[in-house]
Amino acid sequence: MDLLNAVIALANFVIIPAIAYGSQLALGALGVTLIYGILRFSNFAHGDTMAFGAMITILITWWLQAAGVTLGPLPTALLALPFGILGCIALLVITDRAVYRFYRVQKAKPVILVIVSMGVMFIMNGIVRFVIGPDDQRFADGERFIISAGTFREMTGLAEPLAIRTSQGITLVTAIIVVVVLFWFLNRTRTGKSMRAYSDNEDLALLSGINPERVVLYTWMIVAALATIAGVLYGLDKSFKPFTYFQLLLPIFAAAIVGGLGNPVGAIAGGFVIAFSEVTITYAWKKVLTYALPESMAPEGLVQLLSTDYKFAVSFVILLIVLLFKPTGLFKGKAV
Amino acid sequence: MTDSVKFTLYAAGIALLIIATGMMQSWNTALIIVNMGLVSAIMALGVNLQWGFAGLFNVGVMGFVALGGLATVLIAMPPVTDAWAAGGLRIILSLVLGAFTIAGAILLYRYLPKGRARTLAMIAFLIVGFFVYRAAFDPAKIAIEGVNPASTGYLGGLGLPVLVAWPVGGLLAAGAAWIIGKTALGLRSDYLAIATLGIAEIVIAVLKNEDWLARGVKNVIGLPRPVPFEVDLQNDPAFVDRVTGMGFDVVTASSIYVKLGYSLLFTAVLIIVLVMAQLALKSPWGRMMRAIRDNETAAEAMGKDVTARHLQIFVLGSAICGIAGAMMTTLDGQLTPGSYQPLRFTFLIWVMVIVGGSGNNFGAVLGGFLIWFLWVQVEPIGIWLMSVVTSGMADGSWLKEHLLENAAHMRLFTMGLILLLVLRFSPRGLMPEK
Repeated sequence: MDLLNAVIALANFVIIPAIAYGSQLALGALGVTLIYGILRFSNFAHGDTMAFGAMITILITWWLQAAGVTLGPLPTALLALPFGILGCIALLVITDRAVYRFYRVQKAKPVILVIVSMGVMFIMNGIVRFVIGPDDQRFADGERFIISAGTFREMTGLAEPLAIRTSQGITLVTAIIVVVVLFWFLNRTRTGKSMRAYSDNEDLALLSGINPERVVLYTWMIVAALATIAGVLYGLDKSFKPFTYFQLLLPIFAAAIVGGLGNPVGAIAGGFVIAFSEVTITYAWKKVLTYALPESMAPEGLVQLLSTDYKFAVSFVILLIVLLFKPTGLFKGKAV
Repeated sequence: MTDSVKFTLYAAGIALLIIATGMMQSWNTALIIVNMGLVSAIMALGVNLQWGFAGLFNVGVMGFVALGGLATVLIAMPPVTDAWAAGGLRIILSLVLGAFTIAGAILLYRYLPKGRARTLAMIAFLIVGFFVYRAAFDPAKIAIEGVNPASTGYLGGLGLPVLVAWPVGGLLAAGAAWIIGKTALGLRSDYLAIATLGIAEIVIAVLKNEDWLARGVKNVIGLPRPVPFEVDLQNDPAFVDRVTGMGFDVVTASSIYVKLGYSLLFTAVLIIVLVMAQLALKSPWGRMMRAIRDNETAAEAMGKDVTARHLQIFVLGSAICGIAGAMMTTLDGQLTPGSYQPLRFTFLIWVMVIVGGSGNNFGAVLGGFLIWFLWVQVEPIGIWLMSVVTSGMADGSWLKEHLLENAAHMRLFTMGLILLLVLRFSPRGLMPEK
């Protein structure tokens, strides 16, 4: 019985939150890795793109809520999500036309594009703060739990509760759908194949008559969708605050690099590697160990390896280890 | 138009802006802008060394600046003897243990034959080392933080003059830069960017959470100053006589006197750094750096050790940022880890370097002053602009309030716009590299 309680506690505090967080990171890292693979630069504005998409979604959600439209047990934000994606696509396509295209035509060095993306980051950050303000925003509604702690206790009679929040369930389901659709698109459709061809070998792709502007346009549209979905899911699961999204840049990049920059499968794997390491290393293991170990060996302290404030340090150390021992990432990426 | 004429013209323009601020707002405000402008110029010189000379992309400026700030606390604050007695030696011992663990793991990696046994030995060593370290560290930390937590709760510093902290800040930053450079240099340029972004966040996290070191978010206030206090000046009859004789208000005069003192000190540092950077740029070493930047493969073929040179200049540039960080904390008189924001301390410095002209030291100095001036003044201008725009709207309307309330956030937008416009239409900046 005690062992079962240990497993439940582990699932409740580590596995479920890490799966949700990992899915959010994976979606973010997919966006970064696609831009890297096709446009060949590290996009520093990605965190703020996520914030922008999430912001549009939040505004529409508020409007829908005020109009009395809801999705019943599901959060209204899901209904607003397509509009958020459209808004984000508009922003990214305009940005590309106004800013990035110039440097693409010039064949500027990647690092120049990174600096340009820094400018874009400032602007997006400014817009988001200007429109919605720098504070925390709540926009989640509907049923809070799929299984609440109380129901679970009644159902099983175990001492340890297991709570699954709606946002966590939605995150996982949405992430699976998005990833399946994305991979179907990249592997089966003509446009997807031309995107992969362009990413593998630009010159060869151009020779075979692939229109680069079209590939770039589709990439931005996909990236906008991924960023908005990741941003909204993160906002539903935790909360929406512009600065947190900026800070997500580090774990997202770590995920993309750990998996291998430019490799979509790697981005997903990297997202989960980072999320699970962050959560396991910053979790206080006392409860699980007390259940799992015999009474004489029960720990006294919290058995927390690092305080939660150091979660960035975890993604950073993993990043360093990968850079030192396997610079191309777990799944062979493009970059060395 | 020669470079020196150009520089003089731009500098005169910025001086006019600052004088206008002095006339229209107050001389105090103008001097505050000048002082932070001097600090910003030094930071920009550091980044320019890395980016302009060597093409290294460092987005961890904030971390190095914060390390400089930490140095002022560690050097200038008086030691807290009770805390040292409670656990000072133990905590230092545990840190040494931690360092030994990492060094031991590196030695194992180097000297054991390659294979699974090596990996396992290394991991086991690290895990055991980590727990030993925590076992030594935790009680010492609790003991130190328990000593009068409301006013101290940390080890304090060495009680040395605060000016000593400036070079020490440079050393701390250089140490951190060496560790980062060792791992991330020699790989793609983007990787250095991510690695520096990470180290900056970690430095801030350490400053915020390690209360025994510098009181964390409880802040260290009342740092010693290299210049007299305003209150002392106001109570000094000789000073009062002199300024009233010249027809000034005593309170204003004392605060301006103090700020001028800082300005002189900072100008001295700026001139030293600028002269050194300029000498370096013109030396064979500087030419080699630019040769490496422009074509790494060719430079390597000529027998230059690209990674080692990169490491060298990366450490140097970060050290300059560290010095500037120590100066800034000295100017503030307090260390507030919560106030370090990457947009302000990393990316703004980048805007300064790009706008000034990457690769040109004088450009970096100009960019530092100009962008800092704009950063300070865009907020009131934005608020003024918004009040003009909204003047036609009905009072109390939702949109008007929102616009006025959020006008302050326009400064990020403006900085981004300036950066993009300069990159697009004048990518070489105000003072192009020769």
